Amino acid sequence: MHEPLLTVDALEVEYPGRGFRALPFRAVKGVSFDIRPGETVGLVGESGSGKTTIGRALLGLAPVSAGTLTFRGEDISHPTKQRRRELTRDIQVVYQDPYSSLNPSLTIGDSLTEPMIVRKISTKEAGARVRELLDMVALPADAADRYPREFSGGQRQRVAIARALALDPTLIVCDEPVSALDLSTQARVLELFLEIQERTGVAYLFISHDLAVVREMSHRVAVLHHGEIVEWGDGDTVTSAPEHPYTQRLLLASPVPDPAAQEQRRADRLRLKEIQAQQDLQAGAA
Amino acid sequence: MTTTRSSATRAGARKGRPGLLRRLLRHPLGGVSMVVLAVVVLVGALGPFIAPFDPTETSLQTIFAEPGGDHLLGGDSAGRDILSRLLVATAFSLAGGLLVMAIAVAVGVSAGLVAGYYGGVIDATGAWFTALTMSLPSIIVLIAARSVMGPSMWWTMAIFGLFISPVYYRVVYTSVRAVRNELYVDAARTSGLGDVRIIGRHVLLAVRAPVILLMAGVIAAGIGMQAGFDFLGLGDPTTPTWGQMLNEGFYNINRSSNLVLWPALALGITTVALTLLGTALRDELEGTTDKRHSAAQPWVLEEDVPAVMDHGDEPAGEALLTVRDLAVAYPAGTGYATVVKGGRLSVRRGETHGLIGESGSGKTQTAFSILGLLPKGGKVMAGSIVFDGEELVGRTDAQLNALRGSRIAYVPQEPMSNLDPSFTVGHQLTEPLVKVLGMKKAEARERALSLLARVGIPEPQRAFDSYPHQLSGGMAQRVLIAGAVASHPDLLIADEPTTALDVTVQAEVLDLLRDIQEELGMAVLIVTHNFGVVADICDRVTVMQKGVMVETGATRAVFESPRHEYTRALFAAIPQGAPRAPLPGVSSAGSLGAGALR
Repeated sequence: MHEPLLTVDALEVEYPGRGFRALPFRAVKGVSFDIRPGETVGLVGESGSGKTTIGRALLGLAPVSAGTLTFRGEDISHPTKQRRRELTRDIQVVYQDPYSSLNPSLTIGDSLTEPMIVRKISTKEAGARVRELLDMVALPADAADRYPREFSGGQRQRVAIARALALDPTLIVCDEPVSALDLSTQARVLELFLEIQERTGVAYLFISHDLAVVREMSHRVAVLHHGEIVEWGDGDTVTSAPEHPYTQRLLLASPVPDPAAQEQRRADRLRLKEIQAQQDLQAGAA
Repeated sequence: MTTTRSSATRAGARKGRPGLLRRLLRHPLGGVSMVVLAVVVLVGALGPFIAPFDPTETSLQTIFAEPGGDHLLGGDSAGRDILSRLLVATAFSLAGGLLVMAIAVAVGVSAGLVAGYYGGVIDATGAWFTALTMSLPSIIVLIAARSVMGPSMWWTMAIFGLFISPVYYRVVYTSVRAVRNELYVDAARTSGLGDVRIIGRHVLLAVRAPVILLMAGVIAAGIGMQAGFDFLGLGDPTTPTWGQMLNEGFYNINRSSNLVLWPALALGITTVALTLLGTALRDELEGTTDKRHSAAQPWVLEEDVPAVMDHGDEPAGEALLTVRDLAVAYPAGTGYATVVKGGRLSVRRGETHGLIGESGSGKTQTAFSILGLLPKGGKVMAGSIVFDGEELVGRTDAQLNALRGSRIAYVPQEPMSNLDPSFTVGHQLTEPLVKVLGMKKAEARERALSLLARVGIPEPQRAFDSYPHQLSGGMAQRVLIAGAVASHPDLLIADEPTTALDVTVQAEVLDLLRDIQEELGMAVLIVTHNFGVVADICDRVTVMQKGVMVETGATRAVFESPRHEYTRALFAAIPQGAPRAPLPGVSSAGSLGAGALR
């Protein structure tokens, strides 16, 4: 058995309420899961389910109000500022929007060397590393001297991936990394994620609203609904034969790109809707 | 580090726009004002050294001396040489203006950076200080300061700089607030950069433009303030400035108008040049120069467009909408950029037609051409759009208005941005019914309520009375669909109607569209990038690639045997839903642990 790389235990994230005596807003309500080294854990849910907030809590960008985050046996729920900065070597991120996650006035090379500045890596070494990273994400070496505006969405996302890889992290939080991309670009970027995982053994927390993408990428999947995990387990099982009513609804609501299969799925969904409505009715009457 | 940076900048300058200085010199106002300012600065810098006399040296012989001879511009009321005084005053006046600017930048920018980045108490203090300086008349404070500190030009200017610093504070504060929420700042934080480094690398870059932009104006304000202050006789008599010379000339204007002329000219020219430079800077930094060049070359279709791969399974019968060889272009450079270039699309009555493609494929442009709502600059260059036997290309807006909203309806991608936040849903639904269809108010209200019920809104009356922000995205899209179908249109054009929605909501909205389409028997043209949506709702589909319609046919036929290689490539890119193999050495059984839940 592998020791888990990261254990999330009863995590709660609360944002202070707005206005006088407003109740705090609980974005995440007691979520527990773990990630093993080299594994991809998918977090799937709709908008407002708290999936992005969980990722931000891991990165120290959202306030942990209760519960613990244990990374390699160390409690990182409330690290010191110094420790948080050291942790960035191990935990990295790729954001959804490749347009705003790169500073438009810095060259790709400057953006990529950013994580190395803090580590006092020499210019020469950093330059070599940038070339290596660009090669890893299949971008031309001269990309380093160019600006983000000269690249397409998919290429920018490759740059963002290269930046996340710069310090050889053990865990990358991927927050909807392909949702802003076109279909054909999306497929190539997903392939790149898998290839990098095979090569470096990095673990991913793969956050997405797209069940099909999560299924392809994840070893294990957690389904979030209103800040809680409603289903958690083996990726294949959760995404093909879910047990929880919400996951069932989510699965049947995702259209399949095949007219015949989609017709079947639509009928299934309407039937499920009936059944669940009846169950709710009975539960209410009971 | 420095080497990569400089080579990168060079590369950027080579490929990108020319440098700011270059562009300023080319700007009609910028060039002139820069030359004038350069002369003024040169005079200011050299003035004290080339002045023929001591500017404070008085001489009885030269009191009100006529210009000429030793004293080129003559002498003033105390017999001082006017030219020498003007030269030295230029130095002091410019220095005063620069000091004001330096203090304002130093205080305003640093306070704005800190307050904008950290917020909280510093933010509140900054806001309070800004309000204070704005409500206090600065001239009174300067006079008060003079009685404490004595008549020192430097102190006066420094205090005025402090007073004007909120100008910078507010501009910087706003830019920092905006940048702080950018993902790249979060990314920098996750890269392990400290706050100081983040401010230095990312935030300062963003505030650079507004700070430079304000400089000219602030220097001009400083010079103006100094002149005013000295004109009132409150300045330091040992440092000659334009204001003091004006003051002196003004008292003696009846004896010699000469005394006012030179300082007024110097002050006027400098201030005007600074103001014009400010305008030129704004044009160049913010790109407000109206560079609308009409295309010099006539539009031509640069390439041959291959014929659309038609599955030939079109059912017989008359088409409601036929788009043929459509070309849409936008002016770009000296010519045109053609975003839609041909192909054929026909939609029958009661048919749901999908128009699918990736970003930039021209699918939305095609839809907008049908509606006659192309964004500014866009124009249908060739081809025809026939709707129910009528040609739409070349029609005026007024003629199209007769169709839009009554026979052709539209559902947009972003439901929220297509509802006006300042009116209730009910108002927005009834207005077109009254204005376009000529219904009575009560009748329109009833109709709107029944439409809201029809599109599956649980409490129609409540939705009718609510404002858009009180609705969820799915509800807002239902409201827009209700509005679109209110007039029983023949054709509904839906541009990515479910892209902004969650999948569960998307499924419901698609159900709704299907039901309404069947009920009203209207044709629907759905623009989308999602093959799932097409599979779900479309009878027929047309695939677009780079402005060309490449394949068209019945949905099932296209999905089963795609003919064009692009369509095939798209299908290959769809996630096939193959699960990952479990991690080696790990039992993959997930646990829905009772402890983890609830």
